[in-house]
Parts: sequence; C-alpha cells; structure tokens
Amino acid sequence: MFSLLFFFFYLFRLHLLIPGQNDLLNAAMPLSDHLTFNVFRYNMAMEVTQVLLNAQSIDGNVRKHAEESLKQFQEQNLSSFLLSLSSELANDEKSVDSRKLGGLILKNALDAKEQHRKLELVQRWLSLANNVKSQIKACLLKTLSSPVADARSTASQVIAKIAGIELPHKQWPELIGSLLSNIHQLPGHVRQATLETLGYLCEEVSSDVVDQDQVNKILTAVVQGMNASEGNNDVRLAATRALYNALGFAQANFTNDMERDYIMRVICEATLCPEVKIRQAAFECLVSISSSYYEKLAPYIQDIFSITAKAVREDEEPVALQAIEFWSSICDEEIDILEEYGGDFTGDSDIPCFYFIKQALPALVPMLLETLLKQEEDQDQDEGAWNIAMAGGTCLGLVARTVGDDIVPLVMPFIEENITKPDWRQREAATYAFGSILEGPSPDKLIPIVNVALNFMLSALTKDPNNHVKDTTAWTLGRIFEFLHGSTMDAPIITQANCQQIITVLLQSMKDASNVAEKACGALYFLAQGYEEVGPSSPLTPYFQEIVQALLTVTHREDAGESRLRTAAYETLNEVVRCSTDETAPMVLQLVPVIMMELHNTLEGQKLSSDEREKQSELQGLLCGCLQVIIQKLGSSEPTKYVFMQYADQIMGLFLRIFACRSAAMHEEAMLAIGSLAYAMGLDFAKYMLEFYKYLEMGLQNFEEYQVCAVTVGVVGDICRALEDKILPYCDGIMTQLLKDLSSSQLHRSVKPPIFSCFGDIALAIGENFEKYLMYAMPMLQSAADLSAHTAGADDEMTEYANSLRNGILEAYSGILQGFKNSPKTQLLIPYAPHILQFLDSIYMEKDMDDVVMKTAIGVLGDLADTLGSNAGSLIQQSLSSKDFLNECLSSEDHMIKESAEWAKLAISRAISV
Amino acid sequence: MAPHDLRRPFKRAAISDQQRRRDLTLQRQAQGRRDAQQQARCLASTVLSLQSQSTQPEYEPDIELEPESLPDLLPEQEESGASSKDLDVRHASKLKGAEARKWFARQLMLPEWMIDVPDCLAQDWYVFARPAGKRCFVVSSNGTTVSRQRNGSILHRFPSALPNGAKTRDVSGPSQSYSILDCIFHEPDQTYYVIDMVCWRGYSLYDCTAEFRFFWLNSKLGETGACSPPSFYHKYRFSTVPIYNCDQSGLSSAYTGALPYVKDGLLFYNKHAHYQTGNTPLALVWKDENCSQYVIDTDSKGQVPSQQQVVLELQDDGKLITSDDPPVVFGCLDLDFIQKEIFYVLLLVMEVEFVDGKLEKVDLHYLGKVNRARAFPDSYSKMLEALILYEKKGKKKLTTGGIQISYAICFFEHAFSLV
Repeated sequence: MFSLLFFFFYLFRLHLLIPGQNDLLNAAMPLSDHLTFNVFRYNMAMEVTQVLLNAQSIDGNVRKHAEESLKQFQEQNLSSFLLSLSSELANDEKSVDSRKLGGLILKNALDAKEQHRKLELVQRWLSLANNVKSQIKACLLKTLSSPVADARSTASQVIAKIAGIELPHKQWPELIGSLLSNIHQLPGHVRQATLETLGYLCEEVSSDVVDQDQVNKILTAVVQGMNASEGNNDVRLAATRALYNALGFAQANFTNDMERDYIMRVICEATLCPEVKIRQAAFECLVSISSSYYEKLAPYIQDIFSITAKAVREDEEPVALQAIEFWSSICDEEIDILEEYGGDFTGDSDIPCFYFIKQALPALVPMLLETLLKQEEDQDQDEGAWNIAMAGGTCLGLVARTVGDDIVPLVMPFIEENITKPDWRQREAATYAFGSILEGPSPDKLIPIVNVALNFMLSALTKDPNNHVKDTTAWTLGRIFEFLHGSTMDAPIITQANCQQIITVLLQSMKDASNVAEKACGALYFLAQGYEEVGPSSPLTPYFQEIVQALLTVTHREDAGESRLRTAAYETLNEVVRCSTDETAPMVLQLVPVIMMELHNTLEGQKLSSDEREKQSELQGLLCGCLQVIIQKLGSSEPTKYVFMQYADQIMGLFLRIFACRSAAMHEEAMLAIGSLAYAMGLDFAKYMLEFYKYLEMGLQNFEEYQVCAVTVGVVGDICRALEDKILPYCDGIMTQLLKDLSSSQLHRSVKPPIFSCFGDIALAIGENFEKYLMYAMPMLQSAADLSAHTAGADDEMTEYANSLRNGILEAYSGILQGFKNSPKTQLLIPYAPHILQFLDSIYMEKDMDDVVMKTAIGVLGDLADTLGSNAGSLIQQSLSSKDFLNECLSSEDHMIKESAEWAKLAISRAISV
Repeated sequence: MAPHDLRRPFKRAAISDQQRRRDLTLQRQAQGRRDAQQQARCLASTVLSLQSQSTQPEYEPDIELEPESLPDLLPEQEESGASSKDLDVRHASKLKGAEARKWFARQLMLPEWMIDVPDCLAQDWYVFARPAGKRCFVVSSNGTTVSRQRNGSILHRFPSALPNGAKTRDVSGPSQSYSILDCIFHEPDQTYYVIDMVCWRGYSLYDCTAEFRFFWLNSKLGETGACSPPSFYHKYRFSTVPIYNCDQSGLSSAYTGALPYVKDGLLFYNKHAHYQTGNTPLALVWKDENCSQYVIDTDSKGQVPSQQQVVLELQDDGKLITSDDPPVVFGCLDLDFIQKEIFYVLLLVMEVEFVDGKLEKVDLHYLGKVNRARAFPDSYSKMLEALILYEKKGKKKLTTGGIQISYAICFFEHAFSLV
C-alpha cells in the first residue's frame, strides 16, 4: 500500500534552500489555477497606461478589473508585458502615477519576500530572451535621466534588482562602467539618480561578485558626490546614502590608511552639513562603520566623540538618535568581544577590544544622563515611541554592561540629586538611570545600594503621583529581581522581613494604570523566577493563592488589552506556576479547571469581526500557553500527574475544538500544549489519535507558518515516545507528509533538520516496521548528508545550519539503527553502512562540527556497531571515525561527548570480538 | 534608501515568555530523545536469557521469604511483561526478593578447576590472585548499591560512589542507569575487590572480551571515587586487583607478590572470552598451599582425611550430576531414597580407592542435606581437582587418567620453583 502511495516520491528530491544549490530547485513556472476561456485579445501594450491608472482608481470595481487584466497579460505574454511596463516607465509623456506603478510591478516581477518565490522569479528572468532583457535594461537606464524624480527613483530600484540577478551570473558586466562613465559631466538630477542606483545596487548585490577595480570606481564616485564641494544637496544626499550600502564593499579600501582616512574625513564633514537629511545619513554611515570596521576606529574615535556629543546635545532628534546609536553599537561590539574573551582576558579573539567605552566613560555618561531628562509626555503609553531619552537610557544600559562596576560612581550622584525632585522628569530620569545600570556591575557593588534603595522604590511605586515615575519604578524593581535575586546570590535582597511588603506593593500596583500594572507583572515574573531552584519549600508559598488570584483579576480588566497587560499577566502566571513547589501543587491543580473554563468561554462567541477574531485567537494562544505550562508542571511528578489526568479528556476536547474552529491556521500554542499532554500521558494518549490525527497532518502541511510546522514536527516526536509502536497505524500518513515537507521549496529550511530527527523518533518507536520507509528516507538522508558536507564553511550562519542539519541526519541514523536492533531485518541496513561511515569521516575531516554534532556522530558510530555487529566490524575498523575521531572524543572535556564515545568504544569492541 | 530604523527594545525583557515556552519544549523533547536513545542502547544490547533449565522444573532452592509473600511477586512480573526467562539485566536490577535471588544465582561466571594447562597460556591468558572472601555481584542503581552472593542472597545494601550508587545530589548520567560488578568481599579490610565488570552506566559488557572488560574496569572504576576510603555516601571501599599476563613474570607476581588481601588461589581468564554465566573452561582456578589456605579439606590436626566432601545434584530419575553444562553423571540413587528426600542437592562423601597406585574407584556416600544457602552442586573439575590434591597430599602417584593432571602440577611446580 505504502509503496503505491509513495510512487510519486521518486520525483521528489530533497530541497534545502542553500545558496549555490540552485540546481536542485526544480523551479517550475507557476501554473494558473484555472484555465480561462475568456478570450482576451486586445493589444495590452496600447492600453497599458489606462490599465495602470485604473489599477489605482478609487472605484473598487475598476481597480479589480484592471488588476485582472494585468494578471492575464502577464500570464499570456510575459516578455511583452515586462517590455511594455519598462517602456511605460521610460516614457516622459506618461503620467507619474502610471510610470511609478509600471515600474513597481516590474520590480515585483523580479523579487519576492519568500525565498522559494524569489528563486522562481530569478529563474524566470534569466530564461527570458536576451533581446527582451536588453530592451528593458535600455529603457531603465534611459529613465535615469528623466526630469521626473519618482520615475528616476523607481528605475534605480529596478536596475538594482536586475543587477542582483545578473551580476552573480556574470551577465550585464558593462552596467557599472556605463553608470559611471561621464558621471561628472552629467546634470545634477542624473548624477543623483546614478548615485542612488549605485546605492541600491550595493544593497542588492553581494560584495564578492563585484571586482575590486569596480569597487574602487564606485567608491570614488560616491565619496566625490559626498564631498562638501558638491553644490547639489540632492546629489550629496544620494551619495551619502549610497556610501552606507557601499561600505560593505570597502574591505580592501579600509585596510589602506590613506583611503580610509579620506573616507572617514568625508563622512565626518558630512555630519556637519547644513542639510539635516545629509547629517543623518552621514551618522548612519558612522553607525555602520562602528560594527563593520570596529578595529579600524581608534584614530578617529576622539573626533567622533566630539561630533556625536555635539549632535546629541544640539542637533535635531533624527540626527541625535543616530549619534547615540553610534555608541550603542560600539557597546554591542565590545560586549561581544569581551564575552569571547570569556573573562580570563587571555582569549585569542579575532578582533581585540580597544576599550573605547571605558576610555570615553567620563564624558559619555554625563552626555547620556542629560538625554534622560528629555522624556516625552506619553512615551509609556505609546507602543511605537522612540525618542532621545529612550535611546539615551538604552545606551546607558549597554554602557553598564560593557564596563561593569566603573559606571556606578558616575551615575550615583545623578540619581541622588534627582530622585526626590518635584519635577517628575527628574525623578523618572533618576529612576531610569538606576534601572539601567543594574545589569553589568557586580552584585557586590550593587547589592548595598539596592538594599538602601528598595524601600524608596516600593514607596514610590505606591505613592508617586506620576504615571511615568511609577512605570519606571516598577520596571526597575523587575530589573533588581532579574539580576540580583536568586539562589546564586550570596546576600539575598528579598528576606523574610520584606517579602510580604514587596508582594503587597506589586499586587497593589497591578490595579494601577495598564502600563504600570504591566511592569508590576513583569517584576513579579522575575521575583518568582529567582525562587526557581529554591528547593522543596518556597518563600512564595504563603502568597501563592493571593498572587494567582491577583493575576487572574488582571486578565479580566477591561483595559487588559492595552500595554500588552493581559499577556504580561498570563506570562507571569506561567512563571509562578513553573517555579512553584510541591507544597502548592494542589493550588496549581485547582487552576486547571479555571483556565479550562476561560478557554471554553472563548469558544462560545458567535459571529466575530475579523478584529475580534484576532483578539480571540490571541487570548486562546495565551490560555493554551498557560495550560501547557501547567501540564508540564503537574506531569513532572507522579502523584500530581495522576490527579491531573482526570482533566485530560476535557482538555484534549478543548484543544480539538480550537483546531476545529480555526479553519486553516493552526494554533501553535495548542500544538505545543498537546505535545506536553502526550508526554505526560504516555500510552494513554493513544485514545485521542483518531480525532487528533487530521490536525497533526494539517500542522505538518502548514508551510506558510513554518513555526506551526516546526512545532508539529516536535509533537510527532513526543507522540512517538508516548505511544511507541501504537503510532504505527498513523505512520504512513505522517511519513508521507514529512517526506513532502523535505521536498518542498516553500517550507522554511530551519524546519528540515528537525524532520530528520523525527525520522529517528519514528524508527525508534516502530522498530523494524520502519522497513517500508527505508527506501524513501535513506536516499533523503544521504543527499542531505552530501549537501551538508558542501555547505559548511561558507559563513558562520551556514556552518550553524550545516551543523543543525548534520545533527538531524545523525539522530535519524541513530534512531533507525537502534530501532532495527535485534530484528532479523537488521541486514537491510548493511548496504547503508558504508555511506554512514563516510558521512562520519567527512564530518570529522571538515573540522567545523559543534559539540552537539560531535556527540551525536560518535554515538551513531556506536549504534552502527551495536546493531550491525560483526557485519560492520571490519568496515568500522577501516574508518577514520573508529580511530582518530573516537580517540578525540574519548579525551573530550565534554561529559556528554565522552560518554557517547565510551558507548561507541564499547559497542565496537563487542562487534569485533564476536 | 530611507533612514534605517534603529529602535531598540525598551523596558522589555530580552526574551518573550512564548519563546521561553518554545525553548523549554525543545529542551524537553531533546531530553526525551536522548533518554529514548539511551534506553535503546542499553536495553536491547543487554538481553540475557536465563540459562534454560528444561530438564528440570524451576524451583526455589532456599526460601527465605514467607510463602504467602511469593504470590505478590507474580503480578509484578506480569506487569513488566517479561517472564523470568527473558529478563534482561535492566529489569533484573529492579527485581526484589526471591526473584532477584533466583536470577542472580545464575549470573556469575564460574571458573573451572585447572586440570590441564591451556595452549598459549602466556599469550592468551591473564592471571591474578583471587582475594579470599565471598564472591558476589554488586549492583548499583537508583541511588543504592546491593551486593548479592553466589546463591543470590543479599550480603549488603549500602550507599556507594558507584554510578547511581547513592542518593547524592550530583548524579551524573540518567537516573535509570545501573552498573553490575563481579566482586569478592574481603572481610579483613571490608573491601570489595572487583574482579570483573559486567555492566557499567547501563551499558552491558557481557559481549566484550575480558581484555576489554579489564581495561574498562581499570579506567572507569577510579573515576567514580569508588576506590576512595569509606565516607557517609560510600560505605565500603572498592578496589581493583592487579592483573598480569600469564607469562613467567606475571605468574610469579600473581603467585608470590605481596597484596593487601589474603589470597585464595589464582584465577586465569582467557583474554578473548566474553562474560559467560555459569561454569566456563575459559576461566580457570588453581590453588595450592602456597597461595591458598583452603586447598583441601583437612581434619582438626591438619591431616588430610581419606574422605573428601563433594556436593552433587540429585535429579528426578535418581541421577547425581555436577554443575557443568552438560552435567557429568556420577552415578544413580535408588528411587526409595528420592521419595524420602525433598532436597535435591546432596552432600556426599567421596571415597577413593587405589589399587596399585591406580585410581580404582570412587565411592559416593550420602552424608546429609547441604546447607540451605548452597544453590549449586560442585563441578566435575572441582571433583578432579580434589582428587589431584588428595593425591598430592597423600604422596601417592597417580598413573592412570592422571597424565594431564600431573602435567599441570609439574608445570606449576616448575614455574613456581623458579620464583
């Protein structure tokens, strides 16, 4: 039966979106869903202007008809469609609106957000006739000299898109040269358009496809355009923005002192330009340089400090924000570097730390503290707010993380001076400064200060008349609990003496304005988290009931939808449950029917507007999340699990109803909760499978919301471990879906490694019954193994992906090998042994595996020996893995690797001793 | 090329609770996968069938438990879904009471008496001095350690530094993992001398060669701290024994070397042999008066009596057999006698009659019931060994049927005389 079902899978190949593996993509042209018999024969090219205008009509019907026409034209004759769009764009006699939309449609025909769609479009463009492409390109280049700014700008973007497709294929080599020829003689508006095009081009094209000669030409043109001698501000702005994108191409130029000095000087000059947009763009360049060329900054840092300090104090907000961002970005760099040093300061990080922040500290901190006083009235209620006070405070927090203890004496006087002032801005700024420096400095330094400040904070939270001050105070309390409270602290800041008061204040604040209440929930979250490993008895136990009640009350507040208050309340409830002890297990149990009732209520609502439906589904997500946490908690100890099981049927019923009322989109949270339920129930979960299976399948088919697909794959693993061979009847369907997922070009590549791991889960659960899937799974595993070998090393991200892929493949092999152990069908695996060993050897030789892969890989070597025994003995002994790799693992510092290696050694010794 | 958004998270925790839920779920799933894998790796590779006893109904040789407590064990056994025949070590490590006794009574590897010098002794064999004391299996699992004697009865239950051998907080490795060691408990220094490693951290070493097992034993035992002096969580000290290659110097070291324990003969292990339960010719024991105080039965004056005691097993049909597989039949008893006796393992007296220096006949006389703790009859080689020593002590030369025996004696007399 299964082989019939699967016949078509011979056509499928593993599909992993890895650059350089494009030949694997069977990028088919999209076929229209329905064949239309409506003969549509008038000359579209003649009419395109009107159709493009109609497509922007206020009249919905006209618009719809026009869109329909455009679609048909595109499907009938793509070449002439794209040609007519480009000539529309190039035609100065046409209206701006039709030209812009024409250009936009052209751009969208070249690029898309989804990776698989993007690759389809690339293939489609490359397969067009050369003369068509040349005509389109000619139209676009011509448009760059149009007097209409919008047309020029649109054309620049389209040119960059085409360059992004063609340059990697060594096509359109003359583009950059032709853009740059005679650039000095061109009129201002054309120079502006040319520089803008170069900027977009640098954004679209990867730096390795442009040779250094051309990079030099681009940089020369751009930097000249930025120069103060350039009288045209539009040109200067375009050049400065283009430089921002071109910086990534300037690796070689930045190693040359003279060239670098020149570029830096031009940028610094541009920060002083009278035109605000140019100043802003110039600071953006500095921000970008701070992370890309951190190690080259030392000679300029003094000047940059002066420039940024002036901008922060005097310039308009958009510029000041970029100036602050420069220092935040330097902090990011130094935090990363110091983290890599690992505290022992002997590390050999690629980039040394120049301690710019430490050196600038005496001037930097006062500058940032000043910004804190520039708050906006409603910034705490406005989700999208971002102003100089917020940026300055955030930067102060990063500075504290970078320099640690040194910041404390610089900030304390500001706090002491301002915290009791009548002006709320001063009190808020002082509190924010305090909250900002709580992460970074040592507890030894902070705890004495916090012990003094705590009472003040608690009283401010209840008594301060100002909403902002209370908001920031509650946030600061949360930071205190997050960083200075917990089992690792020597001197606890929360004691028997003040615990009750703290909780009373926080619960009281949950009745305050929604933004303050949300921060109070956050503080309670970290308060609970600090007691996570407290032992059998928690100091929170006496308040447990009261806390839970207060949080549930918050969720029912009418304004709980504001400031994400409801979310915060449920999240805090989750943490309180997670960190609870056996003492409060009966109260957690009582919570089950309460949350179930809430969930039940969300299913009762009728006829909801789309807005209401979205809110309802958000609430269902929160409730499912909460149930998941409770299930995991109660399921983790036998007595509570036993009592909890009385609710299992009802809970599962609710989850199934949630799936049923949401037609297409699956609920990630419900899926996660079901995984926990299966884990807790074990074999008993089998009774739900008949009903649940279809939703499981839907989850696995959800390519668009790949998180849902990923979560569902994880749940399949949970169910495998819970049901063991009772999952067998569902395996045909599940395996079909998983193999389809692997072959899909649409599914996000991050889901694919877990799918391989899931093969292992299934094989381990059903043992030799996996036989019928071997012929499909094994070739997939082999081609993925080959791919992963060629993928790694490209860059850090690809290496990381290659390692997650390897881990998935290895977990699959492990599960399959162990699943077949002691079965008479073991011999079916013998033909695959050489490839598995080659894979292990190749991983070892690549030398870029992480610890997880190392542990899994050496375990597979053991599994191979364990299952195949003497059949694989000599093969194994010949492999590199059984010698150097194994020895390296045996002497590993990592406990898990060592243990896996010992297992392998043992299994091999058994296999060869028979 | 619009200005770039530079907003950073403000007054927000670095990670959302939803992400935390996802991460915790992934952690749980990864742990679940690791556990399942670990279980598969341990479980299936350690399936050990009980030696089939088809010729004889199963019985409980010594009943320490009250009879009414026995039925309780049956449901437990059904629940585990395994009959005692195909119990693996993992299940066995959880067995309790009589079931456990019965199971463990069959699990030790028992050496034969050396009546012949194996070929390639120097290349293929190890030798070590056997500590005097109680041979036992030591099982550590679930935070406790239990030692069981050859008949399956419990010697000690105690905390130890073996993996999962005590309820300490720092448990390394999964909690279900268990270890089984083949030991001799040496009373004078209250130490368990480990002579073989059967399972370690859940992994079976049954199918590994002695060479590997000894290597593993010597590299792993020390890591756990089990060889340290006793402490609160570690009641008895464990120790390895020095193991030598069976060449001239190895033999002499084992034979005469000073050791912290009282010697009771020499044990010889074939390097390539797996751990095999029951009697095996790939493990051998040798004793003489220089290396053991328990060579031969002596009377109160230290004189060798004319009779040596042996233990044989009485079968339904009246045959008396040794513990060997296949058993050696040593005669028959009449049926009247069987009806009177409910015990199947008999203590007999062997009387040897020599005519002109030739072994004429061996007479067996019924002496009585064996001690109830005794679960096994003697092996054939033990009986022959007794004869040899008897002969040696009595300074009578055996000429018949004794060529190999004499060779063994000569070999060792020669070997040891060089010491």
